Amino acid sequence: MSIFFSIAVRHILSRKRQSFVSLLGIIIGVAFFLAISSLMQGSQNDFIKRLIDNSPHISVHDEYRNAKEQPVQKLYKDRVVELRSIQPLPETRGIRGYKQVVEDLKRRPGVRASATLTGQAILNYAGRDNSIVLNGMIPADMKDLTTVEENMIDGSVDDLISNRNGVIVGAELCRRLMLERGDNITLTASTGQVRTFKIVGIFRTGSLDYDDKQAFTDIKRVQAMMNKSNRANTIIIKMDDSSKAQKLADEVEAATGYKSVSWQEASEDIMSTLAIRNVIMYTVVSAVLLVAAFGIYNIIFTIIMEKQKDIAILKSMGFLAGDIQWIFIIQGCILGVAGVIFGLPLGCCLMLALEQITFEPPGVSEPIQMPIDWSAPQFFIAGAFAFFAAVLASYLPAKKGASVMPVQILRGGQ
Amino acid sequence: MSVRDVTRTLLGEEIEVTLVKNASLDIETEHFTAITGPSGSGKSSLLYLLGLLDRPTSGTINMLGTETTQLSENDLAQFRLEKLGFIFQFHFLLPEFTAMENVRLPMQKLGKLSVKEQTEKAVALLESVGLHDQIKKLPKQMSGGQCQRVAIARALANDPALVLADEPTGNLDTHSAATVQQILRDIAHTEGRAVVAVTHDEHFAAVADKRIHIVDGRIQGN
Repeated sequence: MSIFFSIAVRHILSRKRQSFVSLLGIIIGVAFFLAISSLMQGSQNDFIKRLIDNSPHISVHDEYRNAKEQPVQKLYKDRVVELRSIQPLPETRGIRGYKQVVEDLKRRPGVRASATLTGQAILNYAGRDNSIVLNGMIPADMKDLTTVEENMIDGSVDDLISNRNGVIVGAELCRRLMLERGDNITLTASTGQVRTFKIVGIFRTGSLDYDDKQAFTDIKRVQAMMNKSNRANTIIIKMDDSSKAQKLADEVEAATGYKSVSWQEASEDIMSTLAIRNVIMYTVVSAVLLVAAFGIYNIIFTIIMEKQKDIAILKSMGFLAGDIQWIFIIQGCILGVAGVIFGLPLGCCLMLALEQITFEPPGVSEPIQMPIDWSAPQFFIAGAFAFFAAVLASYLPAKKGASVMPVQILRGGQ
Repeated sequence: MSVRDVTRTLLGEEIEVTLVKNASLDIETEHFTAITGPSGSGKSSLLYLLGLLDRPTSGTINMLGTETTQLSENDLAQFRLEKLGFIFQFHFLLPEFTAMENVRLPMQKLGKLSVKEQTEKAVALLESVGLHDQIKKLPKQMSGGQCQRVAIARALANDPALVLADEPTGNLDTHSAATVQQILRDIAHTEGRAVVAVTHDEHFAAVADKRIHIVDGRIQGN
């Protein structure tokens, strides 16, 4: 065993009770750091997963990010041109050549794409008009690109394939209008066309608004209702690796000219809010460890004050100032490592306990379990931070210990 | 070892205190040298200068062919580790370490011997100071005289050329003081080392081979 380590251990053991209290501080600090950061990271992961899973990774809309460049502006590129009262030609909205775009996207590995036509429709029931969003999709793609099938509580998306006049509606709408699977509903489009659909499936996502307002049916039916045959207003894309969505969105927008929005872009404000939340969270949990680190500072400082004569004699023997500093830093390391070794299992216990808690947030119909992130980085961050705090807490008094002048102490004698 | 014109001055905020003034002396091997003088005369200050624990304000200290005043702090520490041994008025043993572990400390730091060799040497040193039955005892389990003998064994751990003792019998009863005095003489005469001891004790100084008397920081008799 290294002589420095040996001296460091004996010093810690010479003040058992005080060392134990300091160690306890670190253990509790590590445990809380781990439990809180895992809970926060878990909830963030859960939130992002819902964000990514419940919506397309990329949506290509039938609009342009910037206004089209006018021919006169193209002609006089380096001049100032002022145009007034520009009236765009009336045209049928929709993505031109969407089938080709979808086919091109599908050829890319790990990319799934489908065209949708979404429009407003009125569900007239018992004299009341209920506005809903009618999503027209290819039923086979719906299973692959949306979470409708996963959220089905009655029926299946496959029923849309067998019944082209079928529609899938949300559970909240059904509850409100006392509808059941097999019932017929009449929808009126903004074009004035009226069609009767049969409810072949009911879904529930947990979001009341979504479950009340959204409906899904075959794209061809929507195209007919909206007078937009062979048109789609959105192409939705899902990728095996959702992190590459932004890159693909840029490529699609460059190739087609249509506004392509990745989930990252769509959720930019949420992501920055999450980043701020993380900063706040780590600041708070770090404060717990900081307090614990003061405990280590205190014990090592006390040991140094008590062991001035030992330091003096070691220096007179030939120990360097760096050796003395190292002895006290080792003490911080020992307390830090022991704190991590016992703190992480205690943190695991806290995490398990938190996982048992279920609650029902307002607006959500199903109870939610506390989401905990059990990934290795959480353990690493908690352990590394505690160790770093312990070493830093020991470094400051260790420096003081190293500066002890042997002559001054030895003159004092006993 | 030769000391030439060594002066040590402490600069206070308002006054300047000269601890040692123009001291010149030679220390020879196989000699037991006693430094005597009244309290506050600069005996210990001179010893700390000889022991390279303090640096002179002026003058030179040549030890075993090395001009030590030019050495860095780290080089001085290494020099102390290899060539010097210290014994103080109070034993200054590390209280958490046994007698043998205390004696092993300088050897462990030097790192030239294996653990087995260190242990064997520590046991032999403790036996040589008559403590063969106290090897595993902690300082608090031994008497003051026994602790001081452990400190002597520790000072000899790395076979130093020069052993420096600051009032080594100051805290001991007559019997223990006589034992320590005999051991120090043996270290000089039998083992062939140079021993320099600061003392108030006239009996202790009387048996020295050489006596240096210091008054007000100046060497009066050599």
